[in-house]
Amino acid sequence: MPPSQPSVLATVLDQDRGDVLKAWIQDQMAGGAARPDLMQPSELQDQSSQFLDLLAAAVNAGSARDGAAWHAVRQFLAGISSSRAAQGFTPVDTATFVLSLKQALLGRLQQRSGDATRFAAELWSMTTLIDELALYTTSVALEARERIIARQQEEMLELSTPVVKLWDGILALPMIGTLDSARTQVVMESLLQRIVQTGAEVAIIDITGVPTVDTLVAQHLIKTVTAARLMGAECIISGIRPQIAATIVHLGVDLTNVDTKATLADAFRLALRRTGHALGRATGSERA
Amino acid sequence: MPVQRTDALAVRSASDVVAVRQLVRTRAQEAGFNLVDQTRIVTAASELARNTLDYGGGGRATIELLTEPGRTGLRMLFEDEGPGIPDIELALRDGYTTGHGLGLGLGGARRLMNDLRIESRPGKGTRVDAVRWR
Repeated sequence: MPPSQPSVLATVLDQDRGDVLKAWIQDQMAGGAARPDLMQPSELQDQSSQFLDLLAAAVNAGSARDGAAWHAVRQFLAGISSSRAAQGFTPVDTATFVLSLKQALLGRLQQRSGDATRFAAELWSMTTLIDELALYTTSVALEARERIIARQQEEMLELSTPVVKLWDGILALPMIGTLDSARTQVVMESLLQRIVQTGAEVAIIDITGVPTVDTLVAQHLIKTVTAARLMGAECIISGIRPQIAATIVHLGVDLTNVDTKATLADAFRLALRRTGHALGRATGSERA
Repeated sequence: MPVQRTDALAVRSASDVVAVRQLVRTRAQEAGFNLVDQTRIVTAASELARNTLDYGGGGRATIELLTEPGRTGLRMLFEDEGPGIPDIELALRDGYTTGHGLGLGLGGARRLMNDLRIESRPGKGTRVDAVRWR
């Protein structure tokens, strides 16, 4: 738009502010964008009014989107995007809030444009602008969601698998989830660390909670067993389900040098025997 | 072979490998594979996806549910634009690796699937096509 010609949108936002605001709020109520279940009418009135003021200031400042006035518009939209998300609005609701302004502006724009050519040009620039601002609220919502996902991923990495003591000289490491991540290294090292600290003779690695055992997982297990052996501890791998056993055979992974058991209970029994313990049912006189 | 359903996934990071495994598991369940076969297919997918990532420098996975009169199958296609495999027979040999793994992944995947074909052109990339029928 040539700078000599004042934008009709600027005039509408200045001269018809009251009418536009009223029509916009009515449209929001009628169109379902208002969500009275989530937000008080007074708050909606405030948000709509503030947005119109900021938009008017920005349109007056010019079409270049990098000025301070446009920055204020975007900041406001980012603010309501997150506050609305907290209130339970979906990103679509928030974008609809901005988009619903089009209808209210349309009539006024037509009235003040005069001829059809001018109106077409004004309509195009208005609709481009509103779309841009609505998309901005969506991108803010997406960014917020991505931050949450990134934080959850970090929390997952921090989930430490504890090394538990089952008996004197017997440790157990119940592994859960994906074993090919950076987590595996940490978990395996913590097992070796505990073997040193406790002087354990037997460590049971239980993989009941590991959905897939491929060659990388097998390699991690073999490495850990070998390292533990060098430190004088024997490992037993438990939780080998039938389907995992079949797969390991097809993969050609050699676990013949490693003691394996189907269940943690079986592994524990073997560990007790290895460490010279015997478990039996107490006879009548011994029972507490 | 009529394709009933196709999914494409990027293989660019270790978490993508997890995503491939999860998708393959879901599709294998839908195709009606039993638990042992599901585990075989998922394990093969894990090996091939990791090869795409580690040796192919990343690429994509395409998972197809196949139906033919009387049988259902799952097809997995892994493609990359990496350095390629100069000697495919050697790469399939158990214990052979150019990396730090056990050298069992590719050969293991071939044993886990009914049919596994590798096309590779040095400097252009690799395409692994694996099918298992129910």
